[in-house]
Amino acid sequence: MSTVTPVTTTPPLTPEKVSAASTAKKKLTSPWASLAALIIAVLWTLPTFGLLVSSFRPERAIKTTGWWTFFSDPKVTFENYQAVFDPDNINLADFFLNSIVITLPAVIIPLCLASLAAYAFAWMNFKGKNFLFIAIFALQIVPLQVTLIPLLSLYVDMGIANTFWTLWLSHSAFALPLAIYILHNFIKEVPSSLIEAARMDGAGHVAIFFRVLLPLLTPALAAFGIFQFLWVWNDLLVSLTFAGSPEISPITVQLSNLSGTRGTAWHLLSAGAFVSIIVPVTVFLLLQRYFVRGLLAGSVKG
Amino acid sequence: MFGQRGSSRSRVALAGALSVGLAFSLAACGDSDDSDSGTTDSSAAAIDCSPYAAFGDIKGKTVTIYTGIVTPEDTPHKESYKPFEQCTGATIKYEGDKAFETQILVRAKAGNPPDLAFVPQPGLLQQLVATGKAVEAPAETSANVDKWFGEDWKAYGTVDGKFYAAPLGANVKSLVWYSPQEFKDKGYTVPTTLADLQTLTDKIVTDGGKPWCAGISSGEATGWPLTDWVEDFVLRTAGPETYDKWVKHEIPFNDPAIVTAFDAVGGYLKNDKYVNGGLGDVKSIASTTFQDAGLPILDGQCSLHRQASFYAANFPKETTVAEDGDVYAFYLPGQDASSKPVLGGGEFVLAFADRPEVKAFQTYLASDVWANAKAKLSSGWVSANKGLDTNNLKNPIDKLSATILLDPNATFRFDGSDMMPAAVGSNAFWKQSTNWITGQDTKTTVDNIEKAWPQ
Repeated sequence: MSTVTPVTTTPPLTPEKVSAASTAKKKLTSPWASLAALIIAVLWTLPTFGLLVSSFRPERAIKTTGWWTFFSDPKVTFENYQAVFDPDNINLADFFLNSIVITLPAVIIPLCLASLAAYAFAWMNFKGKNFLFIAIFALQIVPLQVTLIPLLSLYVDMGIANTFWTLWLSHSAFALPLAIYILHNFIKEVPSSLIEAARMDGAGHVAIFFRVLLPLLTPALAAFGIFQFLWVWNDLLVSLTFAGSPEISPITVQLSNLSGTRGTAWHLLSAGAFVSIIVPVTVFLLLQRYFVRGLLAGSVKG
Repeated sequence: MFGQRGSSRSRVALAGALSVGLAFSLAACGDSDDSDSGTTDSSAAAIDCSPYAAFGDIKGKTVTIYTGIVTPEDTPHKESYKPFEQCTGATIKYEGDKAFETQILVRAKAGNPPDLAFVPQPGLLQQLVATGKAVEAPAETSANVDKWFGEDWKAYGTVDGKFYAAPLGANVKSLVWYSPQEFKDKGYTVPTTLADLQTLTDKIVTDGGKPWCAGISSGEATGWPLTDWVEDFVLRTAGPETYDKWVKHEIPFNDPAIVTAFDAVGGYLKNDKYVNGGLGDVKSIASTTFQDAGLPILDGQCSLHRQASFYAANFPKETTVAEDGDVYAFYLPGQDASSKPVLGGGEFVLAFADRPEVKAFQTYLASDVWANAKAKLSSGWVSANKGLDTNNLKNPIDKLSATILLDPNATFRFDGSDMMPAAVGSNAFWKQSTNWITGQDTKTTVDNIEKAWPQ
């Protein structure tokens, strides 16, 4: 640029100029921070651990003493697990299966619809697009409780009451506004040059969506998939209202009835709860990296 | 490095979940086979099928039932339907749900009601009839109810002069649990008048014990055991006529008669010398769950616990509930030995369909045949059905309840809080009673409940 020789008095780069990330890392890895993290982790895990210990204790012990007495007076029994799987009585296995049958379509349906809708809102131009998008976004404000009775009447009129369809459709409908919003924000982040390049190569909307965007979208889809999976698996209200028959009720419904008509069998709850959390915990552990990334997906960036 | 560790851990987790899931589904398949074969094998006592022939051929038809009765009390229910199923070839589909009381209203309003619902409160029954979806009971059921139940029970199932719901089960709330062994050792006798009960209480205090234990905590329904106490004492200190007027709001809630009843309860429960055996002081009544409240009797820390017949299920399995066992109950005595007011509750069978199979099953449930079949199968269940043979009841406490219910001298009254409007019966009455036990005076309490009564 210029022929002037550089001034030699310029100080050399000092090692103090470290990036913010490494400062943060340094601060966070201090032994005190580690200790704090450890204490929090122990405190937060303790109740679940107590539940696990409880689920193996005999009825009388659960009802009279706390789980910590297990260490001074260890008594292990599998009776609680036998009771919750008793085919003539509580029979959690059937309900576990129902939960799987309910959850998988209730995750896949909104994911398919929302990713297509999000693409349309992000990269297609049509009349009333903004109005429609705001309308969908606004739907998030409607509490799902107010829709329960009208939706159920609708299902009765359609003749699909007491089938899995009521649950699949309800869960999908309740998930769509948030799903579209999150995926829309994600798709919008994709540089327009990428889409334009594909268009130059002669790709239509279908090709752009499936061959350019879908591979990029995977983390967002996985993130929302986990959200939706956990929500549907743990849902009680929607299934209580729409299931309407033990043949299609999920595990949460049976779990809420586990303690008996007058709450006399509450010692079974810890075992029942553990059966029910196996799947969500597994899903979370498998996909936890996407989960954190997904939490950021809907937020405002840069 | 972290990624590596994470992925191997998640693979283990996945494998675990898959194998557990697989095991469950296999178990599920196996189970259904088992239960199918179980149904055909079981030889339920044959019954006279002729009453149901009049409803025509209902073979292969299904009747759905929706109820708040869940495990383990649901098993004897399902078993007791088998004679009917064998007679007619119809299938009964049972659905128990602890959220019954809210969900039945949702289903009725949305047009998705079950064929039959077991409604535990006359107040809820009226709400359900008001949705316009319920249908009147058929003439055959009505005839059975006339034959086997008292007029008062039929009246609870009647709304606006039309008979809708036949009584099903019943429970007796005017019971005091005690330890027969302790009574024998210390020479106590079962009291026959309210004055006797007071004497007994004082005697236990003199012997160095805390006579009563109580607990009213029950989630959002906290306070209901206290309303039962008050109702029982209104029946005793003011009499059944005043009780009826009180429930119907013909006298205000803060009537002097009700204040007297509250204070009579307070004489026992708000007295630190009398409560709370094995659990703490008066305030501990509010924090003890009703399920745990009677258990100190087993440890000898408490001698008396007023709670309904269904409390028998709360004692651990190894407890013997019998007149000569670990724990038993006596009838909460009336003002004198001759008056026998009984407070209780029960369920009613409300139909939402008038298909022949539904009518036939309703008629079966209202018969003495069903009551006796159910009695043989269950523990912790009674009915006000006059055709019920008390010898069929296995559980001594059920026998006692049935004897009290079927006693011709007894004056039965339905739990008042179940009949009052929801704003009082399942809200203000509960909450104000809870405040009352934790220190609020009687006057403020009854005045506040009176204010909450819908105008």
